Amino acid sequence: MLLKFIVAAIGASTPLLFGTVGETLSEKVGHLNLGVEGMMSIGACAGFMVGMMTDSFLWAILAAFGAGVLAALIYAVLTVTFMADQNVSGLTLTIFGVGLANFIGIFMLGHSPSGTLKLPDGITAQMRGVHIPGLSDLPVIGELLFSYSPFVYIGIVIAILCTVFMRKTKAGLNVQAIGHNPAAADAAGISVTRWKYTMILVGGGICGIGGAYCALIINGGVWISNNVGGLGWIAVALVIFAKWKPLYAIWGSFVFGALRVLKYYVPASVIQLPTALYDMLPFVITALILVVSSMRKKRDHNIPGSLGVNYFREER
Amino acid sequence: MKKLLSAMLAATMALTMLAGCGSPSNAPADNGTPAGDKGTAEQTGKFAPIAKEDIKVGVIHITDPAEGSGYTYTHDLGVQGMQKNLGLEDSQIVRKINVNDSDATAIQTALEECVEEGCNVIFATSWGYMDYVEQMAAEYPEVLFAHGTGYKSNGENFTNYFGKIYQARYLSGIAAGLKTQSNKIGYVSAQGAENGECTSGIDAFAMGVESVNPDAKVFVKVTGNWFDPEGEGQAAEALISSGCDVIAQHCDTANPALAAEKAGVWAIGYNSDMAEKAPGAVLTSTMWDWSVYYTKAVEDAINGTWDGSNYFGDMADGLVKLAPLSDLCTDGTADAIKAAQDKIMSGDWDVFDGKTELETNTGEKVTLNGADYGTCTWYYRNVEVA
Repeated sequence: MLLKFIVAAIGASTPLLFGTVGETLSEKVGHLNLGVEGMMSIGACAGFMVGMMTDSFLWAILAAFGAGVLAALIYAVLTVTFMADQNVSGLTLTIFGVGLANFIGIFMLGHSPSGTLKLPDGITAQMRGVHIPGLSDLPVIGELLFSYSPFVYIGIVIAILCTVFMRKTKAGLNVQAIGHNPAAADAAGISVTRWKYTMILVGGGICGIGGAYCALIINGGVWISNNVGGLGWIAVALVIFAKWKPLYAIWGSFVFGALRVLKYYVPASVIQLPTALYDMLPFVITALILVVSSMRKKRDHNIPGSLGVNYFREER
Repeated sequence: MKKLLSAMLAATMALTMLAGCGSPSNAPADNGTPAGDKGTAEQTGKFAPIAKEDIKVGVIHITDPAEGSGYTYTHDLGVQGMQKNLGLEDSQIVRKINVNDSDATAIQTALEECVEEGCNVIFATSWGYMDYVEQMAAEYPEVLFAHGTGYKSNGENFTNYFGKIYQARYLSGIAAGLKTQSNKIGYVSAQGAENGECTSGIDAFAMGVESVNPDAKVFVKVTGNWFDPEGEGQAAEALISSGCDVIAQHCDTANPALAAEKAGVWAIGYNSDMAEKAPGAVLTSTMWDWSVYYTKAVEDAINGTWDGSNYFGDMADGLVKLAPLSDLCTDGTADAIKAAQDKIMSGDWDVFDGKTELETNTGEKVTLNGADYGTCTWYYRNVEVA
């Protein structure tokens, strides 16, 4: 039962991992993008529709990434170029993204003879749990490590790549400098605007893949409206939980995923708690972490210093 | 001087426009009220007949029926069925969609708009509309309001409608009880024991299971939310991993059935026939045919037989039904269900008759009258909260 719980928790953590890593990239350059839910919805819609038409998992992923990039482009143009308020732009993107995805979904349903949109068998087979001969058959280890949908491995690889980029490359350090003090970075000759765009767009694309996970896996390959179901908002909270580190996002999203499925795996014979209490847990923990980190005397150096503040070059 | 003149001209124009707008919208109301008073004397109903071409039906939906499945879709199929049965024009149906049932302003606006557009019969399909419909019914005594689920009514122009879905759940329990090999049946419920609608459904289902398979147990997992796509699938997966091989559900998405299909076990759908979505798992689905009620209610308004009483339909009316059994069912399921269905349809027997003593899973003895399904907060003896 514990094994099943861990497997379910990893499944539940995957969309959160994509959302968190994507949002971290955006926040690293000082842009708080509250549009994660919207970018995930657009990614979900694009991934699902392309997956249904091409019957190819690869195309579905690419489409989700591309759609996420386009959605983030709206936000980037508004906040980087036109310096619009970041909170308002992000919220607008969420409302727009969820609405657009539902609109396209309903339009497609109207043109579906069976009245339901379901992925064909080919893609379903490609995206279900992998099976590596030998490894997947090992007892316990096989199920624990080698039984997941390709999404899980893609997510972990992306998180590791982002960490390496941030910590080990010159460009990554430059990006962090932009987040902490864009004026200083600008003076040091770093192209602030170019890197802001790059990070926000790539972050949006990663969120889009997380959305595709919701549409393709969580909802069993059947289209429903509002299929991201608020997971994007949890990802925004998780960025704080993971202290703006993509590697921590892996553990953070696992903890949140585990807390989300916990209520289904705690036997009622052991303890019976109201379901609302379980739903509350991830957010109580986030609040606690915020309290603890603000109580420490040492200032947290992980928070990008310019987070939420647009950079206006002429006001340096 | 010129300014004053133009201002006066503008004012006159505005006044004439107002008058022009006012008269058509007042007209139906003027006709309605006195006729309503006359009606009681000569008709069995409490309101005068409304000519078929003057009928205008308003429907308040919580989501968009175009979604093609789920709660709103099923209700809208009922509205479409009523429209076809009675031969109403498209312009005689006013739909207000995506009216969030926890948003007071949205609900009031939707109801006001229906009245202003001249609706004389208004159906509000979601629980949360109840109090606002009650207020509107008091404000517009000549308009007929009906609220689905819920418990309030005024015996005049505000009635309540629901049905004995537990009858269909009992029958689907027979299919599940015959199919299970592990004798463990999972049930994904949107709400916990305190919600009578969910709980009475689980009890009826469990009684159906027990009637054919006394050894089987029903394991319940609660998502705590009427719409939680991820949680509904996760709850089903948890049930399956604990050994359940049939998954029944009382929640909005087909995700429990899809989880069952993925894991190679079986499922019982709800609301609409979920065999379309998970053909590899669904044995049957418990369904509503709301057109039965909507047709009756609008007919009552047309014939002047609207008597302000609440509606609690059942299988004999056709409001509640079971989707065709799929080929996945065990042999003999059809006969067993037919036998029980005949008893229910004839009216000789009901799952909750208010007399028979039922044993709860805590060993207490209780009785339940079908109409009081909302008070049911106990689980039947073969139910276990997992």
